[in-house]
Amino acid sequence: MKLFEKIKPQFWETDPGTGPAKSLFDYRRIWRKAVVVLALVALVPLCVLASIDYSVTRHSLEFENLLRTSRTTSNARRTVAYFLEERTKALQFLAEHQGIANLMNPANFAHVLQSLKSSFGGFVDIGIIDSRGRQVAYNGPHDLLGLDYSRQEWFENTMTQGTYISKVFLGFRDEPHLVVARKVYDAKTDEVFILRATLDTGQFNDMLTSLDLPGGGDAFLVDRDGIIQTPSKSHGDLLHEVNLLNIPEYSEKTSVRQTKDMDGTEYTVGYAYVRGTPFIVMVVKETAELMKPLQAIRMELLWMLTLCIAAILVVIVWVATYMVDKIYIADQTRARTLHRMEHTNRMASIGRLAAGVAHEINNPLAIINEKAGLISDLFTYRKEYVHDERLMANIRSIIDSVARCGRITKRLLSFARHIDVEMASIVFKDLADEVMDFLRKEAEYRSISITLDIPDDLPEFVSDRGKLQQIFLNLINNAFQAMNDGGDLYIAARAITEDRMVFTVEDDGCGIPEGDIKRIFDPFFSTKKKVGGTGLGLSITYGLVQELGGNMAVESEVGKGTIFTITLPTKGFEKADKK
Amino acid sequence: MKILLVDDEVELVSAMAERLGYRGLDADWAENGEDALKMAGETDYAVAVLDMKMPRMGGLELQEKLVARHPGMRFIFLSGHGSEADFKAGRAAGCNYLIKPIQLEDLVDMIREVAGEDAQ
Repeated sequence: MKLFEKIKPQFWETDPGTGPAKSLFDYRRIWRKAVVVLALVALVPLCVLASIDYSVTRHSLEFENLLRTSRTTSNARRTVAYFLEERTKALQFLAEHQGIANLMNPANFAHVLQSLKSSFGGFVDIGIIDSRGRQVAYNGPHDLLGLDYSRQEWFENTMTQGTYISKVFLGFRDEPHLVVARKVYDAKTDEVFILRATLDTGQFNDMLTSLDLPGGGDAFLVDRDGIIQTPSKSHGDLLHEVNLLNIPEYSEKTSVRQTKDMDGTEYTVGYAYVRGTPFIVMVVKETAELMKPLQAIRMELLWMLTLCIAAILVVIVWVATYMVDKIYIADQTRARTLHRMEHTNRMASIGRLAAGVAHEINNPLAIINEKAGLISDLFTYRKEYVHDERLMANIRSIIDSVARCGRITKRLLSFARHIDVEMASIVFKDLADEVMDFLRKEAEYRSISITLDIPDDLPEFVSDRGKLQQIFLNLINNAFQAMNDGGDLYIAARAITEDRMVFTVEDDGCGIPEGDIKRIFDPFFSTKKKVGGTGLGLSITYGLVQELGGNMAVESEVGKGTIFTITLPTKGFEKADKK
Repeated sequence: MKILLVDDEVELVSAMAERLGYRGLDADWAENGEDALKMAGETDYAVAVLDMKMPRMGGLELQEKLVARHPGMRFIFLSGHGSEADFKAGRAAGCNYLIKPIQLEDLVDMIREVAGEDAQ
């Protein structure tokens, strides 16, 4: 709050629409409006641009993620397809190179299986099935020789399509396996055979797990029913249904889509059907993980935006404050000028009224004066009542009272006469006496003692009599208001140089608090507003002193009193007087 | 030495004339400019004391006419107004000027002064 007190602009405390200083504007409203409008104009486009930028960045990042996932998936599909094709081609090569008859030799067949294991790896057993579905040769851990496959689906498939690759299944030792089979033609016997081999899926798994997938990605195979064929890190157990939704229809092309698991976590999933197999390659990445770089961008953007908004707001508030302060100052000047004019007009009216009243009273007063004088003369010169002390005293009393009235009307006329008078030669002591005449009665009632310290040899000087009277009257009135009954008022005047004089009005009243001192010459600043002060007295006085080409200063201490010091030029003030 | 007092307030001007008489100054009075001109034609007045504001003919106009006919005559103006205009006009005419209500002694002194006599 203290900081606000320090930076508070001048116009903040003004109360529009009240008091004599009624402003044209509600400054705080103007200020608020300016700040809001400027802020809207500056910040709305900024925020719109920032959000567009953010959304473009997000889209491009999303697009890049889809592209990358698609590429990874395609690569994985090619690897899987190549792996399986290699093994089926190996079986065909064996048949063509060695001939079925040679392979049927058990010793040779065992040797062939051994060679396949050592060169390709993953081969568990191998068998030859004739065109009627009977296994005519077998080498492997089980006793499968002579088994009839003729009614099995895979046999028919192989016979019609040439190649068969099975889904993964658990073999006799609970190890996951798959079967590859290849139809071959033996020229010697002019017969068709099927070479069938069981592969363990270890190599297969290694191949998929070795894919470099950043941030917890998962790559595995599923069959077309969604049963997991190779181990998955987090999307279901082997040979169980995958926990992701929406496996797409068969397509030659790789597709990437966003999907959710049962928990609602969002994933970016790449699918690719491996042709000629029951397998679908799935590359699954958590979308949030992929979008992590966006968070960094978002933070950066947010920081920049915050900084920009803060800077713009500071500038806007500063500009608005500066402008409204200027308006306030202009408005104040206008009000001050207006009030000075009003005051001058009022004083002129009062002056004319006073002159009129004085004139009307003067004529009858002159008659009373002459008649009383005549009575006095009659008594004196005819000597009839000259010794009647009571009569003579009454007559003198009438004449004295008329003289007193005459002095009052003359003073009124004098004030009225000087309202629009220009330079005149002034004896300061006379002027002070004239003003004091107005205030002497109040001083007497309130037992205020007044000391006039004006040397008789103070030279006459040239100034505006009316204005000087008003300055003097205002200052003494002001002092009276500050003083308690029984106080002391000290008025002094001195010539300080040949062309300057100074006079001081010193009271022992309540004093002015330090915080108020710099504002006492402001128009409408008053500590007595509640008891009818207008706050114009000292401001007008200050203006008058300046019009006379002088200076006005104030020293004050609370509880001790106040000294007003006025310095005036004594040789006229041509420039200052021209209005 | 004869004095002419001119003022539209008969009560004032008659009392004033009588009082001047007690002080050894022989004063006649008139209540308007026309009467004053007539009286000045009949008697030789040394000083005329004129009110500024009178109906029909004001003090300044009367003074102009009197000066034209009696170049040696001296003038004193009286006014209840004391306005700036009166003050300036009185000064410009090179005349003395008193604001009502006056002290008779001031008037006597001023009459003697403008008549060039010693105010004893």
